[in-house]
Amino acid sequence: MIPEIGHYALVLALALAVIQIVVPAWGVRTHDAVLIGVAEATAPAQFLFVALAFAALTACYVASDFSVLNVFENSHSAKPLLYKITGVWGNHEGSMLLWVLILAFFGALVSVFGRNLPRSLKALVLSVQASIAAAFYLFILITSNPFTRLIPAPFEGRDLNPVLQDLGLAIHPPLLYLGYVGFSISFSFAIAALIEGRTDAAWARWVRPWTLAAWCALTLGIAMGSYWAYYELGWGGWWFWDPVENASLMPWLAGTALLHSAVVMERREALKVWTILLAILTFSLSLLGTFLVRSGVLTSVHAFATDPTRGVFILAILAFFIGGALCLYAWRAPVLKQGGVFAPISREGALILNNLFLTAACATVFVGTLYPLALEAVSGAKISVGAPFFELTFGPLLVPLLFAMPFGPLLAWKRGDIAGVAQRLLVAFGVGLLAIAATVAGEGGGPILAPFGVGLAVFIMAGALTDIAERTALLRTTLKASLSRAGGLPRSAWGTALAHFAVGVTLLGMVGETQWGAEAIANMKPGETISLRHYDFTYEGIDAGEGPNYRELAAKFAIKRNGATIATARPAKRVFQARQATTTEAALITRGVNQIYISLGDVQPDGAIAVRIYHKPLVLLIWLGAVLMMLGGTLSLSDRRLRIGAPKPSRSRLSPQPAE
Amino acid sequence: MTLWLVLALMTFAAIFAVLWPLSRQATQGPEADAGADVAVYRDQLDEIERDRRASRLAPAEAEAARAEVARRLLTAAGAVPTTSNQPASAWRRRAVMIAALIALPVGAVGFYLAIGSPLIPGEPLAARNGGPTDKRPITALVAEVERHLASKPDDARGWEVLAPVYMRMGRFDDAVKARRNVLRIEGATAARETDLGEALVAAADGVVTAEAKASFDRGLALDGKEARARYFLGLAAEQDGRREDAEKLWQALLAEAPADARWKTLVEQSLARVRQPEGAGPSAKDVAAAEQLSPDQRNAMIQGMVARLAERLEKDGGDVDDWLKLIRAYGVLGDSDKAKASLVSARKALAADADKLRRVDDLAKTLQLSE
Repeated sequence: MIPEIGHYALVLALALAVIQIVVPAWGVRTHDAVLIGVAEATAPAQFLFVALAFAALTACYVASDFSVLNVFENSHSAKPLLYKITGVWGNHEGSMLLWVLILAFFGALVSVFGRNLPRSLKALVLSVQASIAAAFYLFILITSNPFTRLIPAPFEGRDLNPVLQDLGLAIHPPLLYLGYVGFSISFSFAIAALIEGRTDAAWARWVRPWTLAAWCALTLGIAMGSYWAYYELGWGGWWFWDPVENASLMPWLAGTALLHSAVVMERREALKVWTILLAILTFSLSLLGTFLVRSGVLTSVHAFATDPTRGVFILAILAFFIGGALCLYAWRAPVLKQGGVFAPISREGALILNNLFLTAACATVFVGTLYPLALEAVSGAKISVGAPFFELTFGPLLVPLLFAMPFGPLLAWKRGDIAGVAQRLLVAFGVGLLAIAATVAGEGGGPILAPFGVGLAVFIMAGALTDIAERTALLRTTLKASLSRAGGLPRSAWGTALAHFAVGVTLLGMVGETQWGAEAIANMKPGETISLRHYDFTYEGIDAGEGPNYRELAAKFAIKRNGATIATARPAKRVFQARQATTTEAALITRGVNQIYISLGDVQPDGAIAVRIYHKPLVLLIWLGAVLMMLGGTLSLSDRRLRIGAPKPSRSRLSPQPAE
Repeated sequence: MTLWLVLALMTFAAIFAVLWPLSRQATQGPEADAGADVAVYRDQLDEIERDRRASRLAPAEAEAARAEVARRLLTAAGAVPTTSNQPASAWRRRAVMIAALIALPVGAVGFYLAIGSPLIPGEPLAARNGGPTDKRPITALVAEVERHLASKPDDARGWEVLAPVYMRMGRFDDAVKARRNVLRIEGATAARETDLGEALVAAADGVVTAEAKASFDRGLALDGKEARARYFLGLAAEQDGRREDAEKLWQALLAEAPADARWKTLVEQSLARVRQPEGAGPSAKDVAAAEQLSPDQRNAMIQGMVARLAERLEKDGGDVDDWLKLIRAYGVLGDSDKAKASLVSARKALAADADKLRRVDDLAKTLQLSE
């Protein structure tokens, strides 16, 4: 009964979504307040029905109801409860259900919390949101139904892919989807603005927090995904420029740009048309990411061709929403009123620079990800675009952006003084140079790029601190006065500084890991010792263990530094019976922000075991930085005040005016 | 019955979600949108004032900001009476009501009946095992027997009990091991050899491998009447493309079958399958046949074709194109282990020709087979 309730709930959600597309839009067109109000009730109802469907599927997983095909294919009765639950979205069908659940959740939020939105705007937003939802409900019900039944019910399930049986699956996809789908709100707002032919003052006020919330979730989601891949896949890498990763990076880059241009729009009523375009692009890239990951086009164009239903369906959704939105944009954007003016050198100008670099960087990732696919589709040739391409294109674009970043927050709105800002950043710049010198001295002939990377990272961090120091007039007045100013500083200012500081932290981690990482690969017999950096690793032996649904072979290592044992590591290999699959459980030993990473290879016939040991300096900073970025965003989000960019008064108005 | 009741309640809830806002009086029309703008600008002016008092803004900056916002406020206020409150129209409301009351339930139920399976009850594992008090008795039992066999690996009865359970649980490799153990301890009989062959076929996803075939042959040698072995040998012939042989084997099997044999229909179906006329090209016909099959059968058929190609290549080398075809096929089937294995064989077979080797390596790179 339970799977069928879930199935029907999803159908009802689709029916409500269809009503929610038509009725509010009709109401706006005819100025009928009653029809406009319908969306406010259907959006939460839709969410409740999708939540019911999701709960039903979860219940089937928990109860190991193998009469549901999806449960049979991805679960096992002996699996721990946590992985039974996370298994719900550890597969194509279930993850799409999670996708629409979050979509409906955001729709319900707009409906419930959007009380002070102009009602016609709200109705249009909900109508657009419902059209996205309806497309995906249909997609799920027709091509990827998680409630398909299986008769007779098999005795035991096939188990979840062992790589996914990890805490990472509990955190990473929901966060990532919160980010992806969160951008649908800015998209819906953009389409509504285009349909109405104008952007209200309330528009920007609403879009910024939604974008920021989605951005925070996406940032954390990407970081968690990266950390998950780092410790679970056993290769010791944290970013592979894999198309699936790029699919999440592209919306993040566009979303970061959108976030900044939305700030300009809210504070200064400028960049309206550009912000709308970015909102469309960001969500389009989210959809593209969903298409890339979900259609199977990445595994191989052949696999895509053998079962094209899903791919073609998502492609149609993609074409409709992206194509439709861009056409609407081309048609209606000229109607929009242009807002505030500003000088090229100003906070607005700096944010445009930021936008240009971010979109260009996003474009390089786009090309690097899609070109191989396009080439394969057209000519059949298979090429792979990897790290070298991205290092040559993406890297150079990011360096000037990162260098310019500390300047932005220090510039005044409307008209800025670049020389003055540079002067104020002199200290930060000096600190950066010092860091370069110190690195060169300490390193004594290591990688050439490392000192510059460290210098840039330190400059960014010092720049963010300079921003706060300037705002609190630190060193210019008494410490007490500065502290009281710091207390009065809006949380959004702290958030900006923290997020910008965090970029420096992440950069430092990336530089440390890529430039100074060391690795050793060896076949070791029990009792043997190898050294890496200042550490000695002694292989002590292997023992077998058993988990709920796997058998495990764990090796024991004693790690010594200067003769004193500092830790024991226990990397393992697990064999999952149901899928006859093996996973590598790397052992991570954290020393401050550095990590030692031990991963096992195969056991040789002579009893030796292949071992890979990495020393990864500063590696934790990569994810710590991302978490700080997210915290910065959250801090700014918690600041519910209105954002008004006080322009710097022009000279003529500053000079005393003669009395009239 | 309960299901229908719940579904009906859900439908009512959905209808209610549409009707409820319709029943509310339109206390306020869509606010004149410029009015909303005015409200935002007013808030902004207040905010500037608060910031100025908290000295978060310098007086000059506050003044400039206020001037700007005030300018926008004036523009917005000037544009106020754009849309007036339209009286809610009764016929529009009625149209939506009809949609909610008729189109929504009819559409939802119709769509659901087309794709749903309301007659299939849920089967949570606990319910199937006879109540929650007796959780996972089979898995527990299996574990117990496994423990017992770990200490006494020569207990044939234990292996005999385990083997069919493994088969049902889908642990085919373990089933093969159990069948082998029975053979080792108790000696060969036709039935035991056939059991082993069946487990091997299951472990190979329905492909009658050379190993399985040998097992069936041994079984038949012990007892020429062993029906299962004869059926699987027919299947092997079909998978090898020797359809006449398969037909002959199965026909003979049917002719000697007792009238009440339950496996008769299976053999009849198989017979019908091989009797379908063959077209000219293998691909067009195979594809057509594949369309008739269930997904499982189709899978078995594709895998059979691939396995045939693999066996041929292992035996007599073959050309580079055939090797590429095989590796790619495994790639498409998602079987990276076998793809890697055939990659190794291909490299060995084509070692003499650098040009061909490169083509193989290129494919391996694009399929990301090499580490």
